[in-house]
Amino acid sequence: MEILVCVKRVPDTAENEFELNSAGNDLDRDDLVYSVNEWDNYAVEEAIQIVDKVGGNVTVVTVGDDESEEVLRREMAMGANNGILLSDDAFEGSDGKGIATILKAEVEKGNYDLILTGAQADEGAGQVGGMLAAMLDYPYASLVNKLEVLGDATIKVGREIEGGNQEMNEMDLPCVLSIQTGINEPRYVGIRGIRKVAKLDIPVKGAADLGLDASTVGEDGAKVKRVDYFVPDMGDGAEMLEGSTDEIIAQLIERIKSKGGLA
Amino acid sequence: MAELFAYIPHNAGIAEDIAMEYPEAAKKMDAGAALTAVVTGSGADLDKVANAMADIYASVIKIDNEALAYPNAEVIRKALVNVLPADAIVLLPHNTLGMDLAPGLSIKMDSAFVADVVDIDGCDGKTLNVVRQELGGAVSTHVSCDVSTGAVVTVRGGAFAPVEGSAAGGTVVDKSADAGDLAAKRRFIEVVAAEVGDVDITKSDLLVSIGRGIEEEENISVAQDLAEAMGAVVSCSRPIVDAKWLEKSRQVGTSGQTVKPKVYMALGISGSFQHMGGVKGNPYIVAINKNPKAPIFQVADVGIVADILEFMPELTDAISG
Repeated sequence: MEILVCVKRVPDTAENEFELNSAGNDLDRDDLVYSVNEWDNYAVEEAIQIVDKVGGNVTVVTVGDDESEEVLRREMAMGANNGILLSDDAFEGSDGKGIATILKAEVEKGNYDLILTGAQADEGAGQVGGMLAAMLDYPYASLVNKLEVLGDATIKVGREIEGGNQEMNEMDLPCVLSIQTGINEPRYVGIRGIRKVAKLDIPVKGAADLGLDASTVGEDGAKVKRVDYFVPDMGDGAEMLEGSTDEIIAQLIERIKSKGGLA
Repeated sequence: MAELFAYIPHNAGIAEDIAMEYPEAAKKMDAGAALTAVVTGSGADLDKVANAMADIYASVIKIDNEALAYPNAEVIRKALVNVLPADAIVLLPHNTLGMDLAPGLSIKMDSAFVADVVDIDGCDGKTLNVVRQELGGAVSTHVSCDVSTGAVVTVRGGAFAPVEGSAAGGTVVDKSADAGDLAAKRRFIEVVAAEVGDVDITKSDLLVSIGRGIEEEENISVAQDLAEAMGAVVSCSRPIVDAKWLEKSRQVGTSGQTVKPKVYMALGISGSFQHMGGVKGNPYIVAINKNPKAPIFQVADVGIVADILEFMPELTDAISG
């Protein structure tokens, strides 16, 4: 099975405290720690496990700048066979549809049976996989937390739905799936693993290589635009307890008792 | 502004809460715009929800087909593309159905897509201005959206004030004949119900709930010690279940259990909307997190900036002592 996994380099929410810049309209990006989008590691792990069972290749692809190459290498260190970087100044400012348009052009250059994305990334929209599927006229399932290959032409997938329930579906290949965390346990990648793939060639393709009309992607093609970042006024928020640990604990216990949480 | 349509998700004829929240979202887009409810399904369940919506919406479209009996996103998408006008502005829920349906719908309708909207700043000509969140709720963004060829907008549950049920006396129009070919390449098989765990966290008045801040599997026992001292039950957020440190039945959130304790202790939990969506009944929320900017402090009643791994044993000792 030929599997394409779409990945993204994102600010790491576990490693950063996000602050606005001095102008107050963008994140202060000077010291941000970036990593591969958490969901994407599950997608790559799932792809590797499928290929281990039924044969084939895993290719990882991203739309980004030069620095995005590091996340492709990380996923190749996990076991992806190939990496492709889609990079062009004309791609900057793309909205979700723009990203899906760029990925579609690359998909059409390959012969993929299965295309995976993470269920969502830093922007929290969860949009690119569903858009890509609709553009290709492939079936789509989001929030996939179980995947079983039934044969050359069909797969069975479980989707996470509300309340911890799981919706089972049968789908025709080729198809696009967005992968939810928890579907597997992504393998650990150490420095040594990254070194092993450091010299592998990662082709870089731009709009011309993909045969894309630059006006359909990037800022020109975007109907949806982020105007700025801000921190909303959420009212008072929590009453913050301060003082020594003993003082804080005494205040906390008193409050929990008054709310019926402790006898 | 183009006509607005609100897709009403329902379970066996009972509309989900979002049905009462769309009108406020629509009003914030354009107070004068017409808003039509759209319901899909089959048979008596569909009629039940369509009639209920006529009490809230001035006009309701129903699409009845056996293929729509279970909400398969691919089938619903085909029906909506055939029934709705090309420049429609369509509201959907940002939940597991909306995430499945909305992005592809926007492509097939050749319209703009904006997901998980938490507030709306109105329409300026053909530009819709909305508010979203990014990075797990750590920051908000203003987003502008060109709606000149229509738009698909998913709305976060609970973000817009619900309307009070009133007898709108709306009309129900049957558009089933316009749904077109509903054959799908994805076929629904069944829903597998969530596993029942050894402990029912939904029955507890006091939850000690842990998140990423627990850091290591070995530290789970520190939370268990605290819960035992407090007479509480241990619950958790999604990353703990993903790591297989606790069973799924202990997960609080929209994709896990909905709990209604008196006191909810959120320990090392950042407070994503998916997690807080599972905390109901207005409990007293205690947040302890080492990140002073964690979104949980915005929704908690009382907050403490501390490393839970240091704080929990001290609290356990104080309570036991």
